[in-house]
Amino acid sequence: MADLQLKNIYKIYDGNVTAVSDFNLDIEDKEFIILVGPSGCGKSTTLRMIAGLEEISKGELYIGGQLMNDIEPKDRDIAMVFQNYALYPHMTVYDNMAFGLKLRKVPKDIIKEKVQEAARILDIEHLLDRKPAALSGGQRQRVALGRAIVREPKVFLMDEPLSNLDAKLRVQMRTEINKLHKKLNTTFLYVTHDQTEALTMGTRIVVMKDGVIQQVDSPQVLYSKPCNVFVAGFIGSPQMNFSDAKIDKRADGTYIVLAGGGEVKLTEAKAQQLEASGFTGTDVIMGIRPENIHDEDVFLANSPDSILDANVIVTEPMGAETYLFLKIGETQFNARVNPRTTAKPGDNIKIAFDVSKIHLFDKETEKTIIN
Amino acid sequence: MKKNKSFCAYPYYVWMITFIVIPLLLVLWYALFKSENDSIVFTTEYIKRFFEPIYIQVFLRSIVLAVISTAICLVIGYPLAYILAGKTFKHKNMLMFLVIVPMWMNFLLRTYAWLTILEKNGILNQILRFLNLPTQNILYTNYAVILGMVYNYLPFMVLPLYTVLSKMDINLINAAEDLGANKLTVFKKVVFPLSLPGVVSGITMTFMPAVTTFVISKLLGGGQTTLIGDLIENQFKVANDWNFGSALSLILMVIILLSMRVMTKYEQENEGGGLF
Repeated sequence: MADLQLKNIYKIYDGNVTAVSDFNLDIEDKEFIILVGPSGCGKSTTLRMIAGLEEISKGELYIGGQLMNDIEPKDRDIAMVFQNYALYPHMTVYDNMAFGLKLRKVPKDIIKEKVQEAARILDIEHLLDRKPAALSGGQRQRVALGRAIVREPKVFLMDEPLSNLDAKLRVQMRTEINKLHKKLNTTFLYVTHDQTEALTMGTRIVVMKDGVIQQVDSPQVLYSKPCNVFVAGFIGSPQMNFSDAKIDKRADGTYIVLAGGGEVKLTEAKAQQLEASGFTGTDVIMGIRPENIHDEDVFLANSPDSILDANVIVTEPMGAETYLFLKIGETQFNARVNPRTTAKPGDNIKIAFDVSKIHLFDKETEKTIIN
Repeated sequence: MKKNKSFCAYPYYVWMITFIVIPLLLVLWYALFKSENDSIVFTTEYIKRFFEPIYIQVFLRSIVLAVISTAICLVIGYPLAYILAGKTFKHKNMLMFLVIVPMWMNFLLRTYAWLTILEKNGILNQILRFLNLPTQNILYTNYAVILGMVYNYLPFMVLPLYTVLSKMDINLINAAEDLGANKLTVFKKVVFPLSLPGVVSGITMTFMPAVTTFVISKLLGGGQTTLIGDLIENQFKVANDWNFGSALSLILMVIILLSMRVMTKYEQENEGGGLF
């Protein structure tokens, strides 16, 4: 159990390729931190620098208040779980899990006790005598977790541990890892490219792009108040809809005129927010999440200022909801509506934006103006 | 729809029957049958002759020299393969090229080259003399034969080892470091056990030709050291005793097959590891 501080961490490879730049993060004890971003954003590199498998080019790393930059991986008291499990094919499950303890010359009976305990937590007691080749993907992942658990490390590092599993197992293991975090009460650092995993697991999420931290926040805040276009688009599935737009201040209120055609009137509250933000230009990017586009009659009746004409291109019934792919003017939008919708491909329908949920971004800097 | 395409394999069947099965049957025939008074009779005479002390001695000498040269190949080849497989090594391609390039040259030529290096007034002794060091007469001794074997068969040890080591998942090594192993422990507990399949096939590929060679012992051993390969060659070319020659080949073949069987069985049982 320990807290971590990363101060101005850089990773620069030969030939001046910067993989991570100016990474600052304070991680409290027992937090579950998720590093998320598209591939190549430097999240795994950051994790490997914390593990000591990758040298830190610049900056300082503290674990439990102790400077770790030049400490060997074996002395950092961390345990890493790898994407492809990295189990030893020539050892049994038991030996794989006991490996770290044996290296530390822990007495045999204590090793046995700890391995049994970890196997019980992970429900793999019956597999201890098998070799990894005889296990399924999910079982291997449990063994890899077990190997980390028995060490009782200060920090758990996990590098996309679920990405080799099938969808169903992934959901199941997600819950298991969540439970494990509560049970072990230790700091977890978890790398993933899957925003769903990030949203469901972390207490705080670090969104990265091109080696730079974009935003660090709780899942709810990231979803409702993204700091720029990238975070807004990356978090949430299906993705947020974006459209170039212009702000048009008229006598009866502030309007958002979509570049592809159509306009909506901002609510009083949003207009005031925009005023207060100090943004003076007119060119913006408007963002709206699919669930904030409605086609129900009740909603349409209540929001006369944000009704738009739309052409239905494709409908995707998902069971609990239906996705509508719409064309509003020239721009494509994706709406997530009630499955009782009567819209069919080819229909011209009326839809309404929930204007109170609209996001506006500065077109030049792509930073959020109002959320 | 699955079309029967087995007819595509027929040319290969013909090839294998003509050049592998029939010659093997011939060897078997010559080793176990002889013509006596215009009739052909089964005999174990030639097989039995192998167990005479003089031939056993030749056989043991071949085994000992082959074991020694295989061991030397392993000791030299493993570190080389390990360096070559390293991800960060800069001159990797150059070194790999140097390992392979002698194999492009004729085997005989390569072995002949050692003659001019090792002979009495050869390059080696000229250098030693220039340095005022005592000259060495290595040529026509067992040392020269071992040297020739190591030189010729080293690439066959390095290449399988290189293949296994370069395919090894770097995360296995990372995980061991992270679990608390130092470099030596990582090698002992992870890298070496996992490279055992490469070690086994390297040993097989080096030991087999080393135990059957006759060119190296003839050229560099100068006929002083008769190996089993020389013996077989002599039966066919000098003594004109095809029956005994075939019997010797047969015995050698059986021994090689048995040792391969043991090795592959060992490999399977351990799933490529577990010496420690």
